[in-house]
Parts: sequence; structure tokens; C-alpha cells
Amino acid sequence: MKQGGISWLLGAALALGSAIAVQATVLDELKVNDQAIIEDRLPRTLGEFGFFLDPAVQTPAWGVHPYELNTPLYSDGAEKLRFIYMPEGTKAEANGEGLLKFPVGSALIKTFAFGEGDKRRLIETRVLLHRADGWIALPYKWNKEQTDALLAIAGARLPITTPGGEEISYRIPNKNQCKECHGLDDEVVLLGPRARNLSAEWLAGFAERGWLDAAPGLAERLPVWADREHTDIEAAARAYLDVNCAHCHRPGAMASNSGLDLRWEQTDPIAIGVLKRPVAAGRGSGGLEFSIVPGDPDNSIMVHRMNSIESGVAMPELGKATVDKDGVAAVERWIAGMDR
Amino acid sequence: MTKLNLLCATALIAAAMPLAAETHTVAPGGGAQERLQEALILAEPGDEIVLGAGRFELTDGLSLDVDGVTVRGAGMDQTVLDFSNQMDAGEGLLVTSDNVVLREFGVEDSKGDGIKSKGADNIVYYKIRVEWTRGPHPENGAYAIYPVESTNVLVDTVTTIGSSDAGIYVGQSENIIVRNSVAKYNVAGIEIENSYGADVYNNLAVNNTGGILVFDLPDIPKQGGRDVRVFRNIVVDNNTPNFAPEGNIVAEVPTGMGVMVMSHYNVEVFENVFAENATGNILIVGYPNETSDEDYNPLPVNVLITRNIQGRAGYNPAFDGAELLAAAMGGTIPPVTHDGNGTDIVVQDEVPVLSLGFTRPAQPFTEARPGIVDLSGDGSRKPILEPIVLPEAMEAVVKQ
Repeated sequence: MKQGGISWLLGAALALGSAIAVQATVLDELKVNDQAIIEDRLPRTLGEFGFFLDPAVQTPAWGVHPYELNTPLYSDGAEKLRFIYMPEGTKAEANGEGLLKFPVGSALIKTFAFGEGDKRRLIETRVLLHRADGWIALPYKWNKEQTDALLAIAGARLPITTPGGEEISYRIPNKNQCKECHGLDDEVVLLGPRARNLSAEWLAGFAERGWLDAAPGLAERLPVWADREHTDIEAAARAYLDVNCAHCHRPGAMASNSGLDLRWEQTDPIAIGVLKRPVAAGRGSGGLEFSIVPGDPDNSIMVHRMNSIESGVAMPELGKATVDKDGVAAVERWIAGMDR
Repeated sequence: MTKLNLLCATALIAAAMPLAAETHTVAPGGGAQERLQEALILAEPGDEIVLGAGRFELTDGLSLDVDGVTVRGAGMDQTVLDFSNQMDAGEGLLVTSDNVVLREFGVEDSKGDGIKSKGADNIVYYKIRVEWTRGPHPENGAYAIYPVESTNVLVDTVTTIGSSDAGIYVGQSENIIVRNSVAKYNVAGIEIENSYGADVYNNLAVNNTGGILVFDLPDIPKQGGRDVRVFRNIVVDNNTPNFAPEGNIVAEVPTGMGVMVMSHYNVEVFENVFAENATGNILIVGYPNETSDEDYNPLPVNVLITRNIQGRAGYNPAFDGAELLAAAMGGTIPPVTHDGNGTDIVVQDEVPVLSLGFTRPAQPFTEARPGIVDLSGDGSRKPILEPIVLPEAMEAVVKQ
């Protein structure tokens, strides 16, 4: 009995010990693989990073924080799941209304999914990794089993049915195309997490938990796209153009030579296209003379190109196989309301 | 000390030289899109990507973003990048890195532009063909060869056919040579726009709407286009009806144009051969539209036309009011027309010059005061612009 008690105790201690050991292993596995983010190589699978506890349902790992944008980029109606990862013990810095600054070792993760409920399929996950020499952007394509995603450095195409019921050939961008949108002055930059496009609540919560130095107090933010019917149409349209177009149409970016600058903060009417003639639109002009004709959306090149899915005419040039009818409607309404 | 210096020197040379440049061969056939794009992404500086002979059937735009890479095919007619089934991107091939050489391949039927290089310094296009195979059509891509926002551009021995804007278009760039090339059945054969320093020579511009254009336009980040020499080109029979979509500045180029200078500073047009351009061999004009861009000069300044061979022209002029003028002048207007705008416009070729007598740009034709003018001054002007000199490594490419 006594002996038994001792052996029971011993057994319990051993069991506890192994439980602790098991716990430690599990904890390690719950952690993101920092090396995969910062090492100078291209991880072959998304799983190597360990961003998700349960990849199929996108349960984030420890230190991986979900976020949403007030006005998001249109991607053929894909559901987009956005996450930020920062290494343990680090925090982001606010920069006024601009992009939050994330330390080296951080990652931004965006998963694209189509379908509702049981039918939801993860299609691709795009990651931005902050390495010592800057950000690098990589696309990963999900496997059929939905267990992991493989590096798709040259991009891919696959058939998709959009929420609107359109059958499209969906394009996963290649590594260079990632940079075509994320490039500014020859560096890879972030696009989404600008303070002005994040909710005050999220920023405050992020700061409270010690992940952000301080929540910036902002006089204005981009309106929430889903609520656009109830907001000023100019703000909604300009927010849409800022998020969907200005990554290229701004100085230092891919469409700088067009002279069109669609950033939220741009106030010069010609720069945003009002009575501005095209520079290199080619057949994209559709026989029209100006990017924006006040009061006349039908004769505005901007609307014409947003309304097209034809390569060489369609804007944006990448990541779009369907027309964003809501986006077009907002921009049309804004232009229609301008004084002629 | 000496040893240390030697070590440093070795290290420096090692740093300057590409490490073990490699050749990657890509053949046409199944999966060409992914295989070729992957090669373009994984290339290291100094590498050469060799494209096999045959047709590469592509579904999306290609892009190169690695410095110092050469893409070499088996010849502009032997290796063809076929974009007739392209679904995405604004051009066939996009280059965004420096010191790139594109040579000896063809690009066909891209949905937007043919080859675009943006912010790509020291780029060489050599023995490249870009073509829309159905011939002139308003839904063809805008530019065949399209370097923009770049310093040091060499376009040599290329052929462009069917662009709905310009075959060879160099925009917002500096230090440019376009030579030994053929531009046919484009709206504009060759266009230098909002750029500083270009030599355009030994080219053949035939069957375009307009042969060679030198333009400076408003509301563009880089303005004040200047210092362009157009010489020893053959510019003949550019009478293809303008098929550019409206809204583009080239849609305003009158059909039947040889060389057209719009706005711009310091242009020398000399020793070219002109003939059979129905509107005219040379047209010098101010910017024809209203603009509120206060930094922009809509007038041409310092344009010299001299020592050209001027064949028949002006027999079917296509600009506003030209028909009336031609009728009044016995059916033909002079081969050189100046709209009257600008300063230091000198024409020393021994042909009559028509002035439209405008006193400001964007003036309606009803206010024209046309007449024959003598713009030869004392006849002693000579071209004085310095030849464009490119880095030796770029010139070395075309000697290989």
C-alpha cells in the first residue's frame, strides 16, 4: 500500500513531468516560426510559418491578430481574412493617419476565400514578410484538402464562382505582380493598415494590449464601405479610389507616369482626373477625352475602365476578373453630382 | 598593407561582378506561362534567360524585376511570345529593373501594350519585334515598345507593326537612342514624348498615320521635353488612316504626316528622306487643346529643319481646313507647315513653308491667317545638339 502509494506518487510525478513536456511542445507548435519570416529564403509552404492553429478554419496562432479595413480592396467578391503578426515583445508604431510601422520580423497575412459555410474554400493566402532588408511579398495557393498552401511564385489560375454567380478564371498573382501593387519608389510597402482605414476601436484595443505605441487621434477616417449609403458620397468614392486605385495611381508607384493621383489626400482636381486628358491610355480611353467629366459619368474614362473586364482596358489591371458594380455605382454617383 | 589592398581590391571586384552568372533555358510548350514567369522571377543579376525557338502560348502578362538580366530568343521571327489568349495585365512583358537586355524575340497580339519598361534604367531593346497581326485596328494595344520614366534607353533594330498609338514610344525619359528600326502600320511610328535628350536616326517609318512625333504634353509628371535630334531617317508614305481611339493625343495626328513636332524645346530635324506623305512631310505646332497647367509651355521653341530631302507631300492634307487651303493653292499645300506658334522656328530646306498664321495655341481654324512664309533666316543654322552617348556596356550589347 505504502509502496503502492509511492509508486503512485512517482507515477503521478512522471506523468506530470511528461505532461509539462508535452505542454511545452504544444506551446512551441502554437508559436509562429520567426525564422521562416526573417531568413533569406522563400518558404515552400504556408504551414512553415505556423500562422494558424487550424489552417482550414483560419484560427490564428499566438501573436497573430485579425483586423479589418473600413474600405477594403475589391477582389472579385472574395472574402478576405486579414491578420498581423508581430514577434513576441515587439509593438507597432503609429504614424499619424498613415501606415502603422511594424518591426522587422512582422508579417501581414491575407487569405482569400470563396463560398459560404461548409462550402467555403480557401483559395490563396498572400503574405508580406518584414525582413532586415525590407518587405517581401509572396503568394501561396491552397491545396484541395485545405490542409496547407503551397508557394505559387509564378501565380496560378483556377475556376471560381463569385458570390455574384459569375464563373471566372481567378488569378493568383505572381511574386512580381505582388510588387506591382505594393511597390513604391522601388521598395515593397504595405497598403492596407493605414490608421485612417482602421476603426478607432480596433486601434485603441491594439494599443491597450501593448501591441501599438499609442492609438493616433484622427480628425477623419475613411468611411466604412458597407455603410456608404449613409455617408457622404464624395468621401465614399474617394475612399474607394484611394484603396482600389491609388496603390498604382500616385507618384512613385506603377502608374505614376499617368499623372493621375487618386490618393485620399490629393486635392488638385486635375490630378484626380477632373477634365484631365489621358497620357497613355490607348484603347482604354474608349473614345472619351477626359478621366472625369463633371456631371457626366458616362463620358468619363474612369467609369469606362472600371466597367470593363477586358485586358488592356480594365482598371485595375491586376486582380480583377469581374466588375465591382458597387464600386462603379459609388464613383458614378460622385461624378454625376459634380457641378458641370 | 599591400596584401590588404589586394584583398580589398579582390573583394571589390567580386562585389561588382555578378556571381557565377547562369543561363536558364526555357522552351515553348505546355505550362509556358508558369515556367517562363518562374525563370524571370528566380533569375539572379547577370543571368541570361534563353527562350527556345517556337511559340510560347501565354495567358497572362509576364514581368521581370531583377537587375542585370538578359532575355534572349532565337530571333524576332523564330521565338514568339504569343499573347492572343492573354487574360490579365496591361502589357505583354513588363520590366521594372535596371540593366536589362531584351533581344531577339517577338511579341504578338498582347491585349494592352507590347513590352513596357518602367523606371528601368540602362535598358536595351535589340532585334525585337512587336506586332498586332491583324494589322491596323483601334483595339490593338497602344504602344509596341514602351520605355517610360527611364534613364539611358537604347532601341536598336526593332520592328513594330500595328500599334493603335505609337510603335516605339519613349516617354518621360532621359538620354535615349532609337535607331536602325522599322515602324509600320502604327498610328505613330516613333514618338518621343516629354523626354530630355534623344537621337532618332537610321529608322524607316512607313505606312503609319504619322512617321515620327516629338511631343511635349501638359499634366504629366515630367515636362519641358527638350533636345531631340531626328536625322537620317526614311519617312515615306505615312498615309494609313488614323485608327487611334479618340481621347489620345495621337488621335489628333492628321493622316499623311511625316514628322510632327508639338510644343517642345530644341528639336533638330536633318538629313532625312521624306516622300509621299499626303498631309505633309513636317508639321510644327503648339499644343492644340486648352490647358490649365501653369507649368506647361504649349509652344514649340527652337526647332531647326535643315538638309532634308523633301519628296512629294501635301497633296491630300487632312487637318482642319486644309482641304480649303489646298483648293486655294492649286490642289497641294507645301510639304512643311507651321501653325505660327512658337519661337526660333527655322526651316532651311528649299521648299515652301505654309504658315497658318495662328497667334496662340488652341486657336480655332476660323482665325487662321494662312500664307507662304520664309523661315530660313540667314540660312546659316547648323545642328548643334550634342550626340547622345550611352554607357559603353549598353553599346557593347549590340556588337555581340
